[in-house]
Amino acid sequence: MEPLTWTGSLGIILDPILYAVAAIFVIALAVQIVLGIASGGARVVTNPDGTLSSAGGPYGMSTAATKWIGLALVLVVLTYIVMGAITGPGMVGIIGGMSQQLIPVWIALVVTFVVSIKFKRKLGLYGKLFDSTVGMIGFALVMFWIFAGVMAGVFDMIVTHDSLSQVSGMKNKLPGTPLNGAEEGEYAWYLLGGDNLARDVFSRLFKGAWVVVQIAPLATLFAFMVGITLGLPAGYYGGRLDTILSFMANLILAFPVILLFYLLVTPEIVATGIPNYMATVLFVFPLVFLGVLLNSRFYTQPSVRTPLLIVVLGITGWIYLSLISTDGAIVSTPTYAIPGLPNAIDLFNIEAGILVVFVSVVFVNAPTVFRIVRGLALDIKTRDYVAAAQTRGEGPWYIMLWEILPNARGPLIVDFCLRIGYTTILLGTLGFFGLGLESESPDWGTTINAGRRLLSIYPHAAIAPALSLLTLVLGLNLLADGLREESLKD
Amino acid sequence: MGLFILRRLGVMLLTALCLTFLVFFLTNLYPNLEKLAKTQGNFRMSDEAVSSWLGNRGYLDNTFIKYGRWLGVAPGWVTESAEGVVTGQCFAEDAPEGERPTFCGILQGDWGYSLVFKDEVSSIVAVRLAATGKLMGFVLLVMVPMALLVGVLAGMREGSGLDRSLSTFSITTTATPEYVSGVIFIAVFASSAFGLKWFKGSATQAVENATFENFTLPVITIALYGMGYIARMTRASMTEVMTAQYIRTARLKGVSFGNIVMKHALRNALIAPFTVIMLQIPWLLNGVVIVETLFNYKGFGWLLVQAASNNDIELLLAVSVVSVVVVLITQLISDIGYVFLNPRIRIS
Repeated sequence: MEPLTWTGSLGIILDPILYAVAAIFVIALAVQIVLGIASGGARVVTNPDGTLSSAGGPYGMSTAATKWIGLALVLVVLTYIVMGAITGPGMVGIIGGMSQQLIPVWIALVVTFVVSIKFKRKLGLYGKLFDSTVGMIGFALVMFWIFAGVMAGVFDMIVTHDSLSQVSGMKNKLPGTPLNGAEEGEYAWYLLGGDNLARDVFSRLFKGAWVVVQIAPLATLFAFMVGITLGLPAGYYGGRLDTILSFMANLILAFPVILLFYLLVTPEIVATGIPNYMATVLFVFPLVFLGVLLNSRFYTQPSVRTPLLIVVLGITGWIYLSLISTDGAIVSTPTYAIPGLPNAIDLFNIEAGILVVFVSVVFVNAPTVFRIVRGLALDIKTRDYVAAAQTRGEGPWYIMLWEILPNARGPLIVDFCLRIGYTTILLGTLGFFGLGLESESPDWGTTINAGRRLLSIYPHAAIAPALSLLTLVLGLNLLADGLREESLKD
Repeated sequence: MGLFILRRLGVMLLTALCLTFLVFFLTNLYPNLEKLAKTQGNFRMSDEAVSSWLGNRGYLDNTFIKYGRWLGVAPGWVTESAEGVVTGQCFAEDAPEGERPTFCGILQGDWGYSLVFKDEVSSIVAVRLAATGKLMGFVLLVMVPMALLVGVLAGMREGSGLDRSLSTFSITTTATPEYVSGVIFIAVFASSAFGLKWFKGSATQAVENATFENFTLPVITIALYGMGYIARMTRASMTEVMTAQYIRTARLKGVSFGNIVMKHALRNALIAPFTVIMLQIPWLLNGVVIVETLFNYKGFGWLLVQAASNNDIELLLAVSVVSVVVVLITQLISDIGYVFLNPRIRIS
C-alpha cells in the first residue's frame, strides 16, 4: 500500500486554494493594521437621528475584507474536515483519516453547540458565553479534547490501535505509513506515524488526552476546595489566623515548582509515605467544605440538617477513605502501616504514581487559590449585604459560604478555567521530567519527553502531543477570556 | 520606608530558613540516605553496613542538629574509628590536632561538598549561576522590550485589528509552555525533517561560546512564554490609561495621536508592568530548568535537575537557597519599586 499524504487526492485541488486564501488573509490583515495606524482608525459619523455609525473609507473596507477572507479560510478548512469525515483516508489522506476517526467527537460538538445556542438565553453565564466569538472558539477547543478524551479513554472509540502494542517495522515511521503486515479488520495505517518503540502516535495521543482530562480538572477542583476553605476565614477574620496562613502560602509559593516536584515525587520519598499523608490531609478539605456549607445553611432546621449531613458526609467520607486507602492501608511503608478501608469495601484503588502527581499538583495550586479567595473575601466583607447578614445574627460560616462566596463566583470561575490550563502545563512538566507517571503512560508530557531525544530526526512523535497540549491550554485561556468579558457586561 | 524594608528582610530570612529546613528534612529522610550510602559506598551493602556508614558520617543524628551543622551553628560531627583514626566534617583526615575547626556551615562560608560532581559546592554553583545569568540576561533583553512594545501597541487602540492580532498572539504565547515551544522550534528550525536547519538544537557549547546559531532558540523559547503575560498586563494598563480624562483633554487640545501615546500615556502605563516583570523572574527560573534540560545548556537549571535526581544533598540545599533568595529578592524589589513609581501609595 502507498503511504498516505497529508491531504490525499482532494488536496491536489484544494491545497493551492488553501495556500492562496491564507496568503490573501495575511496580506489583508497587514493592510488593515497599516491603514489603522495611518488613518487613525475607523471614522465615526453622527447620523441625523443621533446614532453613530462607522464610515467606510479604506480602513472600513479593509476590515470588511479581512472578515470575509477569514470566513473563506475557515470554510476551506471545514471542507477538508467534512470531506475527510465522509470519504476517509482514501480521498483526503491523513487529515481525512483523522477526521473520520473523530466523527463521534464532531457529532457531540455540533449537538452541544446547537442545543446551547438554541437555549442560550435560559442558561445564565454559560449561555452568555455564546455571545462572544473568542469564548465560543475556546469552548469548542476545550470540549473537543474533553469529548475526545472521554470517548477514547472510556469507550475506546477514536483510537485505531492499542496504545501500548508495538508493531515490528513501524519504529519511527513517518505519519501516514501503512501498517506492516496489516491483518483483516485492523486499521491499515499509522495516521500520525510510529514512535521510537513502534507504537501508534495517533492512538497514544487520544489515550493521553484521557489522562489529562481526568486529572487536570479534578486536581484544580481540589485545589479550589482547599483554597476556599482556608482563604475565606483568612480574609474574613483577618488577624493572626490570616498572618499564619498567608505566611504558609507564601512559603509554598516561594518554592521553585520543579524542585518541589523533584522532592515530592521521587521513589525514595514515595517509600516514606509522605505523599500519602499529604493526600490524607488535602483530600479532607472537600469534606470539611461540604459539611460546613450544608450545616451553616440548615442548622436551624435539625430535621433536615441531620439526615442530609449523614447522607452527604457518609457518601463523601466513603469516597474519601477509598481514595486514600490502597490495599487496606492508608500509609504503608516497609516498617509500619496505618490501616484504612479493607479491600472488600474499598471502591477503587488509585495507582500510586497518579496519586503522587495529583497530590503535588493540588499542593502547588492551592496557595494561589488561597490568595485569590482571601483577597476577594477582604474586599467583599465590607459590603452592605454582609453587614445586613451580621445584623440578622447569621453565623460567620454562613456569611462566608452563602454571602461572600456566591458574590465572588465571577472571578473564581474565570480563574478556574485559567488554572485548569496551568494544571495541564504542570502535568506536562512532570511528564517532561519523567516524574510520577510511568514511562509508558500515554500522557502528553511523558510522550514529549520520550520523543525529544530523536527530535532532530523524527520530530513527529513529540510534535503531536505538543500541539495538542497547546490547543487545549489555548482553548482554556480563550474560554476564560470570553467568560471574563461576558461576566463584566452584567 | 526603612522599617518596611527591615520587616520584609526579617520575613525573608524566616522564609528562607523554613524552606531550607523543609528541603533538608526531605533530602535527609532515611530512604534517601540509604540510597546515598549505597551509591557512595557499595551497592551490595547490608543494612548494618549502611547504618554504620551513615552513623560514622553523622547522618543518623537528629535532623535539627544536622540542620544546625549545615547552617554552622552546631559543631560538626567527629568520629573516632576503632583504629583511632579521627575523621570529622570540618577537617581532612590528616589534619593535626590544633587545626581542626569545630564549626563549618554556610555561616562560615562552607557550602559543603558535592558527592556527584566531586567538587566544592560553592564553586560549582558559581560557575553554573554565571552561565544561567548570561541566558537570563539575554532573555530579559529580548523579552521585556518585545512585551512592552506588543502591549503598548495593542492597548493604544482597544478593539482595533492590531489589538486583536497582538492579543491573540500574546494569549497563544501564554498557552505555550517552554517544553512545547522548544520542541516545536527544534523540530521546525533545527531538524532534518523540515530541512530548515537555521539554528542548532543543542546549546551545550553556548556556555563558553554563545553564537547566534546555538543561543537563539533557548533564549526565544523562554522569552516567548514569559512575554505573553507581561504584554497582556501592559495592554490592560495601557487601555486604562488611554481612557483617562487627561488623555481626552490632550486629544481635545489637538495633540497628535503619536504624541499622546509617547508623551502622555506611556509613562503612566508602565508602572504596573514593572511589578509584573519583577514577579515574572521567579517564573523564568522554572522555564530555565526546562529549557536548559531540553537544550542541554549546562547552567543552574541543569544543575538543579542533576542535584535533585541524584539526591546530592549539599548541592541541592545550595541550589534551593539560591533560588529561594532570588524569588524573595525579586518580590522585595517589586514592592519597593511599586512604592517608588506610584506616588499614590505610601507605606507608613
